[in-house]
Amino acid sequence: MNKLAVTLADQHVSLSLKNPVLTASGTFGYGLEFAPYGDLRKLGGLVVKGLSLVPRDGNPMPRIAETPSGLLNSVGLQNCGVEAFLRHKLPLLPSADVPIIANLYGASEEDFASLAGILGAEPAIAALEVNVSCPNVKQGGAAFGQDPFAAAAVTEAVRKNAGDKPVIVKLSPNVSDLAAIARVCEAAGATAISCINSLSAMAVDLAGRKPLLGNVLGGLSGPAVKPVALRCVWQVCRAVSIPVIGVGGISSAEDVLEFILVGATAVQIGTANILRPDSVFRIVQDLPAACEKYGVERWEDLRGKLAVD
Amino acid sequence: MAHPLLSRETVLDLVPFGDSSQAGRYALRLSLPKWEAWSPGQFVMIRPVEPAADVLLPRPFSICLVTRRDLVLFFQVAGRATAGMARLTPGSRVVIWGPLGSPLAVEPHVPTLLLAGGMGIVPFIGYVHQHPTPWELSMEFGHRLPLSCYPFDSVNEKILVDPHLEKTPSHRDAFLAFVDARIGEYAASGLILACGPAPFLRAVQTSALRHRARTQLCLETRMACGVGACLGCVVRAVVPQDPDIARPLRPDYPAPSALHVQTCTCGPSFWADSILF
Repeated sequence: MNKLAVTLADQHVSLSLKNPVLTASGTFGYGLEFAPYGDLRKLGGLVVKGLSLVPRDGNPMPRIAETPSGLLNSVGLQNCGVEAFLRHKLPLLPSADVPIIANLYGASEEDFASLAGILGAEPAIAALEVNVSCPNVKQGGAAFGQDPFAAAAVTEAVRKNAGDKPVIVKLSPNVSDLAAIARVCEAAGATAISCINSLSAMAVDLAGRKPLLGNVLGGLSGPAVKPVALRCVWQVCRAVSIPVIGVGGISSAEDVLEFILVGATAVQIGTANILRPDSVFRIVQDLPAACEKYGVERWEDLRGKLAVD
Repeated sequence: MAHPLLSRETVLDLVPFGDSSQAGRYALRLSLPKWEAWSPGQFVMIRPVEPAADVLLPRPFSICLVTRRDLVLFFQVAGRATAGMARLTPGSRVVIWGPLGSPLAVEPHVPTLLLAGGMGIVPFIGYVHQHPTPWELSMEFGHRLPLSCYPFDSVNEKILVDPHLEKTPSHRDAFLAFVDARIGEYAASGLILACGPAPFLRAVQTSALRHRARTQLCLETRMACGVGACLGCVVRAVVPQDPDIARPLRPDYPAPSALHVQTCTCGPSFWADSILF
């Protein structure tokens, strides 16, 4: 029996993962970019780059800036579009051995519904992750995730069209009440919640008196945001009964355990992949030793067991 | 092309170039990674095993030279990460992944003009050492600091290099006018390769397009992952109608549209008429 296995499930659908470590969308390309650095089949799941109905060219350069312990980006969801992904990328991924999770981005509720219909019918896709939280696009994205009614409508539209695929809704920390948004997504049919997406942020060049990013604003990620992510995951776990996937600054097996301690069922590794392309593989490899070190026999021994007076 | 490899390597030595008043340029010699192959124009991503607290991202560096014993990089201190690299000592460990990116074109029996601006000389060291017919090569090298600040001799020992000191804007203008004339000489039947800072490469691109000269530009671009995933180093490239085939074109392709493509995986060398930057 695999003691590292976890299940993402609601009353209707479920997804079994061989371990709780997934990749975070936007930091792992379409997966194949990382094949030289580790065995993709050993991952708990592979969440690919956000897909839109038609290809997107993304934001102008510069798109990245290094900040203290953080990475600021404004890529703007550049992607090859869902059709090209299904035709050229997906067949090359080891979908029989690792769950491939498609991340969806739409500028309207109709876009999300169409994407869910296309991806929901694809046998090699294990689950859908709905991106209602990208801070780097003007239309859609975070706008859906900041409005509870819109978040619910998008979740419902995807749920209706996704067939029997689990639906994960990825939420933004750039809201005043994340728990409330998570609750409406749960009620609208989400199988799981993933949080957090990057934090809306900026950096400036003092000498040049210019923003460091072409888009002015970007999303902050990396170790700098881990405490924010832990707080958000803890709050969301207390608000919903569906599984929560922790995302934000995770760069070691110990970090994984911390997120499970505050209630997460699984985690996603994001910026760490950009800092070193073998990061997610090393974290998976280190997980059994970290569990032993902290006396974790079963995930139930740790999950949500944070002692709060 | 060989698959890239991530490995931990040991610093063999770090040699400063130039005198103390022009400090800040170093040749970094590392233990030899177990690469199957490499090609000049390719690069590596590097980060110290224990990077400084204020440095998060790895940094890209052109491969200077690979010998049977070592991998040589050459860098200039330009910020926090390179300042940290200048403090490496023999025995320090670094994590590197490579070789990455596309190689510079090698056409053995074609007269080839190499155009280097400042630190743009670095990839040409491996290029001239590996080229099967180095007598077909010549180089124009624009530089602001004394030649002792650059690995100039490593090129000059293999091929004839014409250095051009650019101390003033008029020196620079004269150099670019000279480069334009040289590009004209190679336009009919030669190959031109250029590497250097973006303003220099834009001037080369303008001349190359005007003379219709087959020219590759090796870009220096800020990168984050180096493996094509983060889309942080894109350049606008002319691509075929199918947006999934994001590959820069040779001059004989039609030019229907331009898309953002990664410098790290589609480049860093691009044909001059295939990119807008």
